[in-house]
Amino acid sequence: MKPVFMTYTKKDLINLAVCMVLSVFVIPTFITTEYWYTSILIPWLCLALATIGQQIVMGYTGQLALGAAGFMAAGAFAMFNLILRVPDLGFVGSLIVSGLIAAAFGILFGLPSLKVRGIYLMVATLASQFFIIWMIDKFGWFKNYDSSGIITAQDIVILGKPFTTPLAMYFVCLAVTTVLTLLAMNMARGSTGRNWMAVRDMDIAAESMGVSLLRTKVQAFAISAFYCGVAGALFAFCYLKSLEPVAFDIKLSFKILFMCILGGLGTINGAFIGAAFILLFPVLLNAIGNNVFHGAIDATIISSIEQVIFGGLMIIFMIYEPLGMAKLWENIKQKWKTKIPSSTNIKSSLSKKT
Amino acid sequence: MVDELLFFMEVLVGGLLAGTMYSLVALGFVLIFKASATFNFSQGAMVFFSVLAFCGFMQDFNIPFVLAFILAAFLMVVVGLCTERFVLRPLMNASEDTVLMATIGLGYVLEGLAQAAWGVEVRRLDLGIGDFPVPWIADNLKLFISALDITAGLVAAIMIIGLFLLFKYTKIGLGLRAVADDAGAASSIGIPLKHIMLLVWSAAGVVALVAGCMWGARAGVQFALVDLALKALPVLIIGGFSSIPGAIIGGLIIGAVEKVLEVYIGPFFGGAIEGWAPYVLAIFFLLYRPEGLFGEKIIRRV
Repeated sequence: MKPVFMTYTKKDLINLAVCMVLSVFVIPTFITTEYWYTSILIPWLCLALATIGQQIVMGYTGQLALGAAGFMAAGAFAMFNLILRVPDLGFVGSLIVSGLIAAAFGILFGLPSLKVRGIYLMVATLASQFFIIWMIDKFGWFKNYDSSGIITAQDIVILGKPFTTPLAMYFVCLAVTTVLTLLAMNMARGSTGRNWMAVRDMDIAAESMGVSLLRTKVQAFAISAFYCGVAGALFAFCYLKSLEPVAFDIKLSFKILFMCILGGLGTINGAFIGAAFILLFPVLLNAIGNNVFHGAIDATIISSIEQVIFGGLMIIFMIYEPLGMAKLWENIKQKWKTKIPSSTNIKSSLSKKT
Repeated sequence: MVDELLFFMEVLVGGLLAGTMYSLVALGFVLIFKASATFNFSQGAMVFFSVLAFCGFMQDFNIPFVLAFILAAFLMVVVGLCTERFVLRPLMNASEDTVLMATIGLGYVLEGLAQAAWGVEVRRLDLGIGDFPVPWIADNLKLFISALDITAGLVAAIMIIGLFLLFKYTKIGLGLRAVADDAGAASSIGIPLKHIMLLVWSAAGVVALVAGCMWGARAGVQFALVDLALKALPVLIIGGFSSIPGAIIGGLIIGAVEKVLEVYIGPFFGGAIEGWAPYVLAIFFLLYRPEGLFGEKIIRRV
């Protein structure tokens, strides 16, 4: 079973400190090429955030949803309109409000989850995906009557300071992701998360134990959509730097689903692992194609192979480790620990002997 | 007034016939769901894979039409065999959701394989049936109905009657129904589960090929077929996951409603509402009749 902590342990604080030192000091000192920030680190943080949203509704609450990209689109276009029309709100304020707007959509399209589950729910959430994209596409107001179809995102300005360099944008994404990740961990470990998991494991049993299904499910959908909305806004403003509904099509939803499942359902660190894997693997495959075969393999074939491998991995993980890479990592750590007993174990075994 | 009525009839009939195309895809889902209570998310990918293989055989290797069709059907049997051996058998005791996700993975594998083998460009598929109004009907009934739509309707009807007879009157069909009812009990009285699964997946593969031919002749053989096949999901929700007549009726309802809404209400919203209308319709069905029109009532226990 997954370990559940109620408060932060020493280990958590050490993990947090290590992550912060790595991301704030080590990465900016050692990585100087812009490519890494603009094409890997920034999308990684944004997509990991969206994957956490997917985790909340799918991994923790056990509701099969397939509309993450739709909520991301809602967040991104809400952000664009808020900055355009309500400039007083500022970047952070707009980010929060656009998350809330996405959450409103999440509640609306999460309502069918009270009646149905599994594949039925998946179809209901597909409705949100197609509806939101269609709505943005068809009503010119959302795009400020721009006829070209692709709108340039406004520059990020926080407290009068522009954040336009890749490094600055990376820090913006990092800050937002860190805060929301900590929040998600808190929720997952507290009573909110316990309710989610109770509903996931057996909703009827949870209800008879006094967990309100209505509240729990709607809450999960709202929070999930909030995360996706914020992630979508960051994705559009820091990574794409443009807004077009096509960028948030069903393929992105599937991608986030894959990140969530391969990373490990019901884990927060799985979201980061899964997002990193899905983002980095094509880069690696392209590098192999270019350097080993010197471009002899067509790029479309490489992307097809990538698809086959993702699909194959999905099947393999479902068969051998349905809890994904996070569990795999946990297993490796566990093995390592049993091989080399820690000092406290040795001490206690010594004290038993004497 | 008469003209308006005629126009409405035309829209309606066009929608109904287009709906049979959805039914064809939905039929593949139902076959597998009926026999194994597995929701095969890769059915759309199977449609794409099979028809791309069919086109590939015909256009790249110059294999004649009929032989290429048989080869593609055989390929789908091989796909069914591999699926049974490498995906379904190891997941025999896994939960529904796990198998569902594995079939999403399978869909990705099939899409990737098809594109790696036969390329990503849109292919034209010419079945020798034009996608234009039949002159005889246009003259006598004053309705403009595409020949391809009528063919799709006929093919769907033949396949449904065939499958119905297979399920109802053959020994294999009896075995299929037994496995669908209780796989454990069926295998304990000696029904070979493996063979039944193989048969069902192969049948679903061939159905996918036929559906793919119809769709491919209309819209070109391309990746968008996978997304089109997603529309079979609302069809299934309306008709019920385990009912062959349900798949047909569901398809007809979706096809008709989608076209009528598009023509009469669409212009007020800038069109293209057929992209999401079926899903929203499915949501309303879910709220009032979650098991669909012909599905069995879902009973869950703690």
